[in-house]
Amino acid sequence: MSAGVVVIAVGNRSRGDDAIGPLLLGRLEAWLAGPGRGSDIKLVEDFQLQIEHALDLAGRRLVLFVDAGTGTCAPYEFRAVVASAPGRSHTSHALAPEAVLGVYRQVTGEDSPPAFVLCVRGERFELGDDLSDAARAHVEAAWQQLLALCARPEIERWRTAAAGAPAERSPPEPAGALSAGR
Amino acid sequence: MTFALETAANPERLRRVAIDPVSRVEGHGKVTLLLDDHQRVHQVRLHIVEFRGFEKFIQGRPYWEVPVMVQRLCGICPVSHHLAASKALDAIVGAAKLTPTAEKIRRLMHYGQIMQSHALHFFHLCSPDLLFGFDSDASRRNIVAVARAHPDVARQGVLLRKFGQEIIRVTAGKRIHGTGSVPGGVNKTVTVEERDALLADVYHMIAWSRGAVRLIKDLHAQNPALYNSFGVFRSNLMSLTGIDGALDFYHGSLRARSENGDILFDGVDYRGYASLIQEEVKPWSYMKFPFLTALGKEKGWYRVGPLSRVQNCDSIPTPLAEAERREFVDYSGGTPIHAPLAYHWARMIEMLHAVETIKDLLHDDDILDGELTVSGPRALEGVGVIEAPRGTLIHHYRVGEDDLVTMCNLIVSTTHNNQAMNEAIRNVAQRYLRGHEITEGLLNHIEVAIRAFDPCLSCATHALGQMPLAVELVDAQGELVDTLSRDGDGVVHGARGA
Repeated sequence: MSAGVVVIAVGNRSRGDDAIGPLLLGRLEAWLAGPGRGSDIKLVEDFQLQIEHALDLAGRRLVLFVDAGTGTCAPYEFRAVVASAPGRSHTSHALAPEAVLGVYRQVTGEDSPPAFVLCVRGERFELGDDLSDAARAHVEAAWQQLLALCARPEIERWRTAAAGAPAERSPPEPAGALSAGR
Repeated sequence: MTFALETAANPERLRRVAIDPVSRVEGHGKVTLLLDDHQRVHQVRLHIVEFRGFEKFIQGRPYWEVPVMVQRLCGICPVSHHLAASKALDAIVGAAKLTPTAEKIRRLMHYGQIMQSHALHFFHLCSPDLLFGFDSDASRRNIVAVARAHPDVARQGVLLRKFGQEIIRVTAGKRIHGTGSVPGGVNKTVTVEERDALLADVYHMIAWSRGAVRLIKDLHAQNPALYNSFGVFRSNLMSLTGIDGALDFYHGSLRARSENGDILFDGVDYRGYASLIQEEVKPWSYMKFPFLTALGKEKGWYRVGPLSRVQNCDSIPTPLAEAERREFVDYSGGTPIHAPLAYHWARMIEMLHAVETIKDLLHDDDILDGELTVSGPRALEGVGVIEAPRGTLIHHYRVGEDDLVTMCNLIVSTTHNNQAMNEAIRNVAQRYLRGHEITEGLLNHIEVAIRAFDPCLSCATHALGQMPLAVELVDAQGELVDTLSRDGDGVVHGARGA
């Protein structure tokens, strides 16, 4: 049976704060491997969102996109997203989460599952950069939010959290240094 | 060397229009147009920020890490870098000839990459322009609108892309950060279950790829005046060709033709690329301008990618794609087609060939079992060249006795096409922007010309919140008089009279 929740993390582990999404996903993977945490959450990592990620949404009841962001309120934003038409540039092959939902709707003819974005503020994104100090702090804050979401993956709880109410926090994770995974 | 419309005579008296994809990473690319008070175009330049940080990124690393690390250079074509690096490092470990199993699995991976990249480019990035027209409402120019008007096209595009990704996952070990190709060979075979699952779908993929070729042919037939002339310029062509001059994306020797189709050189060992190609630096561009040494800067620039490959080869070694190639060649009476929009037609022929080749490889039991690696006398230098989706990709490494990389040089497809893309947008700007107000639709013509080349601007980073496109109009005194921007969701924002 396929997992009811999919968490899609986007980023490049070798481009500074773009590693935020993959780092959070790795941490979540380790947490999910703990006893009694079930297998209802499917984890997907990629450099960027693409049209085929629409197919990863099939059969899910909840979708979470995790990405680094610029212009994002620090330390992170958590919000619901709905389908929209993908925008294009002259070269970009990447989609916004809303566009992936739009592709899903057009490909399947159905509304996409409820979807949310955890967007964590990043500062620098150069090839070969390590995670910035600011991003490390943002990741720690976002990890608590991610943990709360994945400990209770329920639509109403997620909507409440996205609406700005304080999310229920899970017990702190055992200390573990984050690295850029290089 | 300066080309027509590259540099205006009196730029200080002209207004400046910039099409500026503002990335928080590297700026990516920007088009600047210098117009006079009568909206006549005097100067057009495509600025691309070429990423050169890879030397620092790679130098000092053990050579066996390189095929994995280079995938992080580019989120668009990581498999191309994975394989080009592996080919270069085959020489380091003395693997003069791979085992049949290793070569076929690498080919399977590479043709899966070609297929998924071409599918994405055509169905997602370009089909909205081609199906609705360059002047259509911007809100229609996206894949959702395509899906509404052409539901099968959009669905097939997604599933073709997904199939290619599955090929990569099965051969590389993972969807991203694959480790399948290693210096000297590969580290895994394909299981019977994986092979059978892919075979169950491959015939649909062939049928859909044939449909895609038909679609682009029909578009050419419906509007030959547009497709044959939009952004057209003449250039030399360069690519690898395989045995007997056949199309080969994975291995071969270098061949170039003149703009008239005459062979300039053929059968050249790509390890000698450094004497064959030079790169010119221009003060206004971060990206270099390669040219064929023998012809010099003025005559030696060339283009790479599908339009070059399909016309440079003598044949395509799969029947359906070969029939399409012959029709393509006949379309222009046997002389080279130079129209940028013909890239799409050539690209779909290549996608069909890639899927046919994938089918053949899936029926070959060598991918299921056999020796994975070979080695031989250790060397300190290696060059690997493949035909990536966008064109010729060169990887060159030197490795010390301590196994650490001491030098790397990469020439990516988009760099080869730098002058060609500039020529295309100069043609388009001169033809479509003169005497017109700067509108989103007109600017999209510029983008259409750039998109035809499917450039990859090292955009492996895609955080949310980026602004891919901004337009600025600056008067002769340098004052900003208008701006136009398009955010990541395709929404256009204007600020006239800023």
